[in-house]
Amino acid sequence: MGLMEKFFGLSWGIHPEDHKRPAADAVTRVMPTPERLYISLAQHLGAPALPTVLVGQKVKKGDRLANPQGPVSAALHAPASGLVVAIGEIPAPHPSGLPVLAVTLESDGLDAWADDLEGCDAPFDLEPDEISRRVAAAGVVGMGGATFPSALKLSSSRKAGIRTLIMNGGECEPYLSCDDRLMRDKADVIVDGIRLMLHATGAQAALVGIEDNKPEAIAAMRLAAAPYGEVSVRPLPARYPMGSEKQLILVLTGQETPAGRLPADVGVAVHNVGTAKAVSDAIRLGRPLVSRLLTINGGAVGRPGNLLAPVGALVEDVIAFAGGLKEPPARLIMGGPMMGLSLPHARVPVIKGTSGILAFSAAETNDRAQEACIRCASCVRACPIGLLPLEMARHVEAGDLKGAVRIGLKDCIACGCCAYVCPAHIPLVQYFSHAKGALAAEDRAKLRAEAVKKLAQARSTRLAQEAREKAELAARRKAERAAAAKAARETAGTVEQSGTEPAAGSAST
Amino acid sequence: MNGIAYHAERPFAAPHAHGGGKIGRAMLFVQLALVPATLFGFWLYGWPAFFLWAITLLSVLVFEFLSLRLMGKKQAERTLFDGSALLTGWLLAMTLPPWSPWWIGMLGAFIAIVIGKQVFGGLGQNVFNPAMVARVALLISFPLQLTTWVMPMPLASTLIPGVVDGLHITLGQTPLPDAMTSASLLGYAKTELSRGVDLAQALAAAHAPQISWLGVRAGSLGESSALLLLLGGLFLLATRVIRWQAPVGVLAGVLLPALLAHALAPEKYLGVESHLLSGAVMLGAFFIATDYVTSPTTGMGQLVFGLGVGLMTWVIRTLGGYPEGVAFAILFMNALTPLIDRYIRPRILGRTRSGKPVSPLSGADRAKKGA
Repeated sequence: MGLMEKFFGLSWGIHPEDHKRPAADAVTRVMPTPERLYISLAQHLGAPALPTVLVGQKVKKGDRLANPQGPVSAALHAPASGLVVAIGEIPAPHPSGLPVLAVTLESDGLDAWADDLEGCDAPFDLEPDEISRRVAAAGVVGMGGATFPSALKLSSSRKAGIRTLIMNGGECEPYLSCDDRLMRDKADVIVDGIRLMLHATGAQAALVGIEDNKPEAIAAMRLAAAPYGEVSVRPLPARYPMGSEKQLILVLTGQETPAGRLPADVGVAVHNVGTAKAVSDAIRLGRPLVSRLLTINGGAVGRPGNLLAPVGALVEDVIAFAGGLKEPPARLIMGGPMMGLSLPHARVPVIKGTSGILAFSAAETNDRAQEACIRCASCVRACPIGLLPLEMARHVEAGDLKGAVRIGLKDCIACGCCAYVCPAHIPLVQYFSHAKGALAAEDRAKLRAEAVKKLAQARSTRLAQEAREKAELAARRKAERAAAAKAARETAGTVEQSGTEPAAGSAST
Repeated sequence: MNGIAYHAERPFAAPHAHGGGKIGRAMLFVQLALVPATLFGFWLYGWPAFFLWAITLLSVLVFEFLSLRLMGKKQAERTLFDGSALLTGWLLAMTLPPWSPWWIGMLGAFIAIVIGKQVFGGLGQNVFNPAMVARVALLISFPLQLTTWVMPMPLASTLIPGVVDGLHITLGQTPLPDAMTSASLLGYAKTELSRGVDLAQALAAAHAPQISWLGVRAGSLGESSALLLLLGGLFLLATRVIRWQAPVGVLAGVLLPALLAHALAPEKYLGVESHLLSGAVMLGAFFIATDYVTSPTTGMGQLVFGLGVGLMTWVIRTLGGYPEGVAFAILFMNALTPLIDRYIRPRILGRTRSGKPVSPLSGADRAKKGA
C-alpha cells in the first residue's frame, strides 16, 4: 500500500447502499423440492458436463447425473430423488435466454438420499490428493459466483506450494446476504471446511476476510475458529469491490497480484466461504453439491430473505416459495446488482453459482437516458484497478480496440464501479464487455485463419509432393521404357544380324 | 404453480444499480456556490450589474437552444436545462465589468456557447473553457468596454442609479461619467510601472486603488469579493463537487512566484495579497480551473494543471502586456490538458508505471513476509 493510502484510507471503489437488511436478519428458510428440476449441464466454468443417465432412469438424491468433460469441468448430481424425464434444451439463466442442455428431473417427493454416499469420520487421515478427488466427485465449484471447479484449484494450489488460503466472506455486493447468513448459521461447518482445504493444499494459514458491516458473522466465525490457530478472522472495511480477488489479496496480505498472473503466483489461493461449507459436506457426509443458500431480495419481493434451494429449481418457483412479488419487477437479476446477470424471464433454473435472485422495482434500477460525458472523472476515482474508464470508453466508441487494450482494457474486472457513479448514466461496463467480446472473436478468427492457412499450406506441399512423385515416376518409367527400347533394339540388332524376327514386335513387350 | 409474468424487453447490462449522481446536480451546486458573490456584486454595483447578468444568462439559453435545434438534437429542451449553458453564462457574466452595455453580454454569450462549445460538438467536447474563450475574445476585440471599471457604490450611497437609470446604463444610452470609473489595482500598477514610478511610491498615493478581502472596490462580480468566492469554493469542496488539487495548484502557482519576486524586489513586483485578491484568481481557482470538461481527469494532473494556471497568471500579469492573466492562463493550460492526461495516469493495479506486470514478490513484500 502506498503512502497516500496510509494517510487517506482506501481510495478505490465505491460505497453503495448495501440494502442487506432486513433480508440478512430473516431466519433461513428451506425450500421444498419443486415438482420439476432443470439441471443445466453448463453451470460451472469450463466444458459442459456429459450426461451419464438416460431418459426414464430413476435416480436418488446425490446420484451422478453427468460426468466432467475435460480438465476444467465439474460433475453434476441429482438434487432430489425421482425420474429423469428429459435431456434437452432449456432457456439458460443468462440475459440472452439462449438454449442450454439440461437434465430434467421429476421429483418423487421423497427426497431420498442415495445409499452409497462415501462419508468420512477421520478426514484429516486422508491423503491431500484424496480430498481433492472427493471434492471433484462431489461436483463442488466456487460458490461466490465464478463457479471454478474447486478440486482443480485445490490440487493446483498444492502443486504451486501456496502458503496462505484466503477465505472470501466479504460479500461486497449490495443486497446479497447468503454468505453472511451461512457464516452466522454454519460457522463450525465452514471452519471445518477451511481446515480440510488447508489439509488439501498444504497451506499453513487461512485468513477469513469479512466486511465489518457483518458483525454477527464476524463474531460467529471468530467463535468457531477460536480453537484453531491456523484459521484467523479478519474484519475488512466495507467497500465495493472488496470481494474481488485482487483487492482481497491486497488488503489481507499487502501483496499485489501481477497483471495476467494467478493468486498462486503470490502464494495464495482465494475461496468463498460457501465453498468451504460444500467441501466439508462433501468430505464428512459424502454429499455432493446439490443445493445452495441464496438471497432473494429487491424492492418487488414480498418477503426478502435467504433460503436453501435445490440446484435446478426454477426462479419462478423460488420466488413463489419466498412469498411472491409485491409488484411487477422492472428487472430480474441472478447474482448481485453490480455484477449479476439480468434474466430474460423467470423460467430459468438456479445453478450452483446463484448467490441471489433480485427482483428490482423501477426506482431501484434508476434507469435514465444516457447523456454526454462531461469528463467529471468520477469513474477514474472509483476504478479499483486504476484505469481510466472514460478514455477506454472513447477508444471503444471510436472502434479503436487496440487503443483500449493499450490503456488497460484487459485489466478491467467488470466490477461496475464506473457505471455506478457515472452522472451521465453511460453504460461503461457494456462498452468494455462489448470490446472484450469483439477482441475474443477477433482472436478466434485469427486462430481459425491460421488453422486454415496451415491446412492450405499442408495441401499445397502435399500437392507439390504428389506432383514431384508423379513426375519422378513418369521419369522413371520413361527411363525404363527407353532402357527397354534400347535393349530391344540391341536384341533386334542381334536378331537382324542373326536374320530372325523384326525389332517392331519388341515394343509391345 | 403461480408463474411470474415478467419478460425482459432486452438484456440489461450490469451494474443494475446506480449511485444516483446526475450531471445537473454538479451544475446546480456550482451555481449555488456563486450566489453569495453574485448578490454581493449586485449590492455593490447596483441595477446595471443585475441587468447585464440577466441579459447574459438569457442570451446563453437562447443560443444554446438555437444551436441544439440547428444540429437537429432531439430533446433540446432537456439538454438546455441540464444547467451547463446557464453556468457558462453565469461565469462569463461574473468576469465582465458590471456596467458593460447589453451587447457585450449578448456577444459574449454567442462566443461562449456557439464558438466556444457547440462548434466543438457540444457538452463535454470543447477543448477550451467557453466562458474564458468569450471573455478573452471580448477583451481583445473591445478593450475599452472590458476595462471600464465602475467604482463600488453600495446601495446606501446616493450615486446609485435606480432601476430605470440602471436600464439606461445597460442599454448604453448613458455614458459613464469619469468620476465613477476607476482602474483596477493590477491595471494601475501596470500603468505606473510603465511610467517608471516604482510600486512603493505608486501604491502609497492617495488615489491608488485598494485591495480588500470583502471586495468593496472596482472590479467584476467575479473578482470583487474574494472572501465570498472562497466561501463558495469551500462549499463545493465540502459537497465533493470539486476536488482540492486544481484550486490549491492555482493558488500555490500564483503565491510562490509572487512571494519570491516581492521579497527580492518589492518596488517592482506586487505582493502576495495583491495578487491573490486581485483579478479572477479566486474565481479561476475554484470555479474555472475546476471545470470538468477542460481540465485533466487525474488528481495529479489537476494539480499540475492548477500550478500551470497560477504560474502563467503571475507571468502574464508581471511580464506581459495585459494587467490581468487568469483567462489567458486558463486557455493556455486547457490546450495542454490532453498532453497532461496522456502523461499523468494512475498506476494500474498489478502493473508498474511503465505497464509491465509487477514482480510477484518485491523486496519490501518479502521483508514483510519474513517479519
